[in-house]
Parts: sequence; structure tokens; C-alpha cells
Amino acid sequence: MVFPLSKENIRGRFVNKVLELSGQDIFACYQCGKCSALCPSLERMDLLPNQLVRMVQFGREEVLGSKTIWICSSCFSCAVECPKGIDIASLAEALRLMQLRLNVDHLDLNKIPTEDLEELPPIAIVGGARKFTA
Amino acid sequence: MKFPYYPGCTLKAQAKNFEISALTTCAYLGIELEELDKWNCCGTVYSLATDDLMKQVAPIRVLIRAMEKGQNELVTLCAMCYNTLARANLLVRADEEKMEKLNCFMDDEPDYDGSVRVLHLLQVLKDIIGFEIIMQKVVRPLKGLRVSPYYGCLLIRPKGVAIDDPRDPRILEDLLSALGADVIGTPERATCCGSYLTIDRKEVVADNAYRIIMTSVERGAELLVTSCPLCFFNLDSRQKEAKKLHPEMKQVPIVYFTQLMALAFGLEDSLGFESHYVDPRPFLKEKGLLGGS
Repeated sequence: MVFPLSKENIRGRFVNKVLELSGQDIFACYQCGKCSALCPSLERMDLLPNQLVRMVQFGREEVLGSKTIWICSSCFSCAVECPKGIDIASLAEALRLMQLRLNVDHLDLNKIPTEDLEELPPIAIVGGARKFTA
Repeated sequence: MKFPYYPGCTLKAQAKNFEISALTTCAYLGIELEELDKWNCCGTVYSLATDDLMKQVAPIRVLIRAMEKGQNELVTLCAMCYNTLARANLLVRADEEKMEKLNCFMDDEPDYDGSVRVLHLLQVLKDIIGFEIIMQKVVRPLKGLRVSPYYGCLLIRPKGVAIDDPRDPRILEDLLSALGADVIGTPERATCCGSYLTIDRKEVVADNAYRIIMTSVERGAELLVTSCPLCFFNLDSRQKEAKKLHPEMKQVPIVYFTQLMALAFGLEDSLGFESHYVDPRPFLKEKGLLGGS
């Protein structure tokens, strides 16, 4: 992959917004890959957690379209082990919110079958609604 | 000994078996869990964004209800409630401005002062009662029962609210040993089950459940023990979908730690096994641990 680098990308609006929303010092990451080694959902992601961080460092806004940010279930395995103290779950949350705040739901709750709603515990429904809807 | 207790939504719905077994075993150990007179949803998941203060109103309101009780502890059973309440508490304790903003917003409520300590029942059992006392109270040791503890995520991560060492938790192992069970450790005991992805990605959760359960079974476990109602649902009910993906899979009972305590204390009326997808009763009867043995 070739990333055109420019000052505008690296310290542009997108990166600043992500830093502010996530509260994470993304630039502290030196790509050790421990987060990806520990992530339980890795095989379903299109960007590995460490790649997600790298892309954000480079100001690559297309990470907003990645599957990874919706597959992360905020289990904090990466956060516990990151040697630089970065919480990637918070980074994924910031990127999800940047999408959801355009008032576009990631999940249409009306499409969940009634029999599923009857079976699912409320914590699953409320948790999912919080993470996936505007 | 009396503690203010916050049940949360699921303990009153799908996880009634968790609540009844917890309240009964606590009463047996001399602990009264007194439900808050009035309570609201905690929000289920702690908001991770820095500017989302609105999402902290619900958990802080719960902490105000506990503060009003005049005792600076609040006991929870659900791992998600525990995590959300404990993290919201840490946030406002560390950030005066946010605390003030929330208090101003809830101007019809007494100001929260950060004094409440959020506890999970496991901490009460370990630190206040003690596992040695629990061992003495056992009337039917779970001898020969090979159990695998499953922690999930939110009781031990992130570090700031972990009830035990996030890398090597022992609290469930120690409790289960005190009950006389054979504890089977597994590398998947703290791997995420998929959590709320269960609402629209059943296959992801079913696959996780399969891996978590089979890793325990391969090491000789006969049942898995959990402390979170969402882990419970994902490991128990999602075995239906897991079996479709992996037809060779043997069904494995999933139980709450409080149900095993009730069993070991001889409190058979408060087990609530009838609501499980995989019914643990035939297996436990076979083991001679249930039903007049």
C-alpha cells in the first residue's frame, strides 16, 4: 500500500477529531502488533487493530468504512496489554460515532425478528442499540 | 450484614435464575442484598467517547440512589452493570468539572459526591465473607464435578475496574475450589464471547461459543461457570446455532457461580435451572449432585 503523506493529512481535521473523541494518544503507537495478536475477532476484520491505528496516524479517512470498527466488541483485551497505554476500543468507538452522528444507523432494529427480540436479554438489545444506532 | 443492591434489567428478565440463586445463597451466608427502592437502566455499555457526558447521567443517577442509602457500597451481580457503574464512578471522581456538570444537569437530585464504592458480588464473597467461611458452609461438596470458570471481559477489564488480576484472574477458581469442585483452567476463560454482537451476528457469537466451550471440554470440563448474564446467554442459548455450524458438538450446561453455590449449600429450591437452554439437571442428577442424593 502507498500512503501519500502530507502535513495536512497527519494533523488534519480528521485526525484531530479522532484524537479528541477517543481521548487516545494514537501517535504513541510504534506498531508492536500486540493488540492484533490478542484480538479475539481478528479473523473477521478487514483491518487489523494495529493497521487501524496506523491508518489513523496517516489521516486515512477511509477507515470510517472498515468492518473492523463494527466487529470490535469493546472487550478491552488490547487495552490491557498495549505497552503504550492506547485503548483501541475507544478509538473504534470514536470512529463509529463519527459515522452514527451523521444520523445513519448501522443496524436497523426494526429488522430484528420478533422471536429474537423475545429471546434476547435486554442487555444485548440496549448494548447493541447504543453501539450501532444514532 | 446488609448491602444496597442494584439488579439491572436482565436480572429481572432472562437472568432471574442468577438473581434468585444469588439472593438465597447470600441470605444463607448472612448477607442481605437490599434492592434499591427506585432504580433505572445503567446504560449497559460504558460510553467510551470523551464528549458523551449525557450517557453518564443514567449510571450516576443509580449511584445517587445508592448514596441516599447512607452506606457507601453498592453491590451488583451483572458484569455489564458492574463495569458501567464502576467506570462512570471513576470518571467523575477523577474529573471535577464533569461531576459538577452532571450534578447541575440533574438539579432535581441530590449532588453526587463520589462516595459510593461499586462492588461485584464476587468481591463481597472473597473480601468480606472469605472463601474459607464459604468452604465451611458447604453441605454438599461438588466433588468430582469438573468445571471451567469463564470470566468474559467486563469483570476483569479494563485495569481500572478489574476485580482481579486481568492477566491471571483467580477469584472464580478459588470460589469453585472452596465449593469442592475440580477446576479446569483454559486459555479461553477471558476471551470475549462476542457480547452484544449477538443481536445481529448470531453466527459470530455461535462460533465464539463453540471455541470457548470446546476448549474447556477438550481439557475435561463438564460444565462452564459464568458471572455475566450476556455471556450466559451467548454460551447457553447460542449453542443452538453453534450446533448447526458444528454438528458434532456435544451440548454443555452453562451455570452461574451462584447456582453452584446454591447446589453446594443444599438450597435446591433456588436453582432456576428450568430456564436454561441446555438443561443441567439430567447431568447433575447423574453426578449424584441433585435431587435427594
